[in-house]
Amino acid sequence: MYVYDEHDRQIAAERVAQFRDQTERALAGELAEEEFLPLRLQNGLYVQRLAPMLRIAVPYGMLRADQLRRLARITRDYDKGYAHFTTRQNVQLNWPALEDVPDILAELAEVEMHANQTSGNCIRNTTTDQFSGVQSDEIADPRPYCEIIRQWSTFHPEFAFLPRKFKVAVNASEKTDRAAIQVHDIGLQMVRNDAGDLGFRVHVGGGLGRTPMVGPVIRDFLPEADLLTYLEAVLRVYNRYGRRDNKFKARIKILVKALTPEAFAEKVEAEWSHIKDSPSRLTRDAIDRIQAYFTEPDYQSVDNATELLAEQRFEHRGFDQWLSHNVDTHKKPGHAIVTLTMKETGTPPGDVTDRQLEQIADLADEFSFGEVRVTHQQNVVLADVRQDRLLELWQAVVPMGFGTANLNTLTDVICCPGGDFCALANAKSIPVAEAIQRRFDDLDFLYDLGNIDLNISGCMNACGHHHVGNIGVLGVDKKGQEFYQISLGGSSHHDATIGKILGPSFAREDMPDVVAKIIDVYVDKRTEEETFLDTYRRVGIDPFKERVYA
Amino acid sequence: MPDVISQDGSIRQDDWIVVPRPAEGESLDIPEQSKALIPADLWLAGYEHFTGRDDIGVWFDSHDEPEMLAGKFQELPVIAVNFPKFSDGRGYSIARLLRERFGYANELRAIGDVLLDQLQFMKRCGFDAYVLRADKDINKAARCLNFFSQGYQAATDTDLPLFRRRAS
Ligand code: HEM
Ligand code: SF4
Repeated sequence: MYVYDEHDRQIAAERVAQFRDQTERALAGELAEEEFLPLRLQNGLYVQRLAPMLRIAVPYGMLRADQLRRLARITRDYDKGYAHFTTRQNVQLNWPALEDVPDILAELAEVEMHANQTSGNCIRNTTTDQFSGVQSDEIADPRPYCEIIRQWSTFHPEFAFLPRKFKVAVNASEKTDRAAIQVHDIGLQMVRNDAGDLGFRVHVGGGLGRTPMVGPVIRDFLPEADLLTYLEAVLRVYNRYGRRDNKFKARIKILVKALTPEAFAEKVEAEWSHIKDSPSRLTRDAIDRIQAYFTEPDYQSVDNATELLAEQRFEHRGFDQWLSHNVDTHKKPGHAIVTLTMKETGTPPGDVTDRQLEQIADLADEFSFGEVRVTHQQNVVLADVRQDRLLELWQAVVPMGFGTANLNTLTDVICCPGGDFCALANAKSIPVAEAIQRRFDDLDFLYDLGNIDLNISGCMNACGHHHVGNIGVLGVDKKGQEFYQISLGGSSHHDATIGKILGPSFAREDMPDVVAKIIDVYVDKRTEEETFLDTYRRVGIDPFKERVYA
Repeated sequence: MPDVISQDGSIRQDDWIVVPRPAEGESLDIPEQSKALIPADLWLAGYEHFTGRDDIGVWFDSHDEPEMLAGKFQELPVIAVNFPKFSDGRGYSIARLLRERFGYANELRAIGDVLLDQLQFMKRCGFDAYVLRADKDINKAARCLNFFSQGYQAATDTDLPLFRRRAS
């Protein structure tokens, strides 16, 4: 994992001092509310429905045990003893006091953490696949490139006041996309060209929100050395020509669509031609230096524990289920990737208490070289677990509440905080997630249904990614009453698709029934081997409509 | 007359007047006694008349394309870029283009809704003079220009990004 050097430490300390000064000036009335707003947002500080909210950056989802423990202490000392893992691999605190935020930032800086650019109209936290570096099918480890982007985008003087927020995601696997890159402002797919050189396929102009779009490819192959200069060219074109007159039309996706992807790409190439060979072109030395932070941990050579696991599964049915669903293969023999689903029914998806944060830290130390990753599905990954210790790990996590073996099933819901916490919400989303989880509490049935992405957002902003859920739920407001609209067929993977709206919305109490009817149609129509999405794509939306609105 | 802040934080009297864009049908009202900054397109339109004068400079608005003066920048003693709203970040790109693409070497000043917390970004993008919005405390400018002792990126204040400086 990346470790700060003296430069990073100094910049982090200067940032804390700067924000302390800004907060003091704001509290003293020297900064108007509208002037302080972008400054506090660029430090992750929202003012929310019930209290301020602080969004803490977790660059590309990586956290060390000491950082988890510090987060736990911060939630205890400055908040109500819990935090929230978000769909952008960040952590949110829901109740900090404004005056305390500089102190919280100082505490974070001590463990090499920050809240820089987690909000506001600037380049946000760069996200990636939570299985980076440990799976066998990736082109190369994307995390060094994410770190290179993190440094470049941090306090970028030209791009701190963009027309809108700007999100970059990187994916390295050829088979899957766990980072949803095609619904980001810039999505970078790592590829190799015919000569075997490493580079990126560049998607620009994807996004969710009010006008969801899948980002078109504007360059098939960008050599790795050109990463930063090309990003700079894209951002400069966006900064100059993106719309600023209407906040809903200010995203880069609107510009790309208005110009056409081809014309947009030409503008970028023209801009890039001037800066391509500037000193910002990455050097081999710089790439190597960052890559050196992401080398393999000290894996012991262990044999595959296949026989042992077979025996253990036989004895413990719950373990068997967990192995089949929450444990993935690892590139190193004898190791495994474990996902702890933070989706116990009755707990808001992504919520963790201070105690749980410490428990996760202990698990990381004990089982996975002191590191974890946060996923955009609001789960936590222990990426380097020895196979012969899986049973022990499982026995430890079940009582903690994150041993639910439902990864990628219908109850592994992505859910935004909605009306319970978020000032922008039109409807609550957490109770909807909970009601559906209660309805589908039979694991065998869930396994039979296979992978289904159910995503819930409490408003058009789509934090919960409802547009790209196989089943998407969107909270809407009608004359002060909460209703829920369903969309079907969305996907955030390599086959990224925006879901189609089923029809008129439903009352909250009907939601479990509605989802059950949708599932019934799938069960009736599917052929063996078909996932929910396959069936939907084959039969179309009508059979679902007929059943649900019958 | 307002004060102007230099890149090093020092404060001096401003002897330039920003001439607003004339309304439809009106003509440019250039003051007799003072040096004047006029809208860039009007300078271009009256090029024969204005070129070579050291008392006339131009200002760009945030939506202007500085490319319109390509090849002529060195003739200008001062260029100002207007920030109609501090949250409109187009002026930063304009500044970098002027410095890095067009090699403009004379004074480049930020005008308009110029606040303290944006000064360092402006400096890094190539502005070397700033006219702060009148209600802001000019004595805090020097500190705000230097909150950070270095930046990660290459910009006009350093052509070496941190990753290159680290290597040396
Ligand atoms: C609690 C306070 C929150 C506020 C005020 C908030 C605000 C917003 C807003 C205004 C958007 C605008 C999207 C657009 O116009 O395109 C947005 C998008 C988004 N938010 Fe949140 N959010 C909050 C919490 C969260 C949480 C908890 C998550 C993760 C679970 C999240 C993840 C996202 C994501 C992924 C998007 C992206 C949609 C896109 O790609 O356009 N947000 N949020
Ligand atoms: S989707 Fe809407 S309600 Fe949910 S967190 Fe985002 S802004 Fe809030």
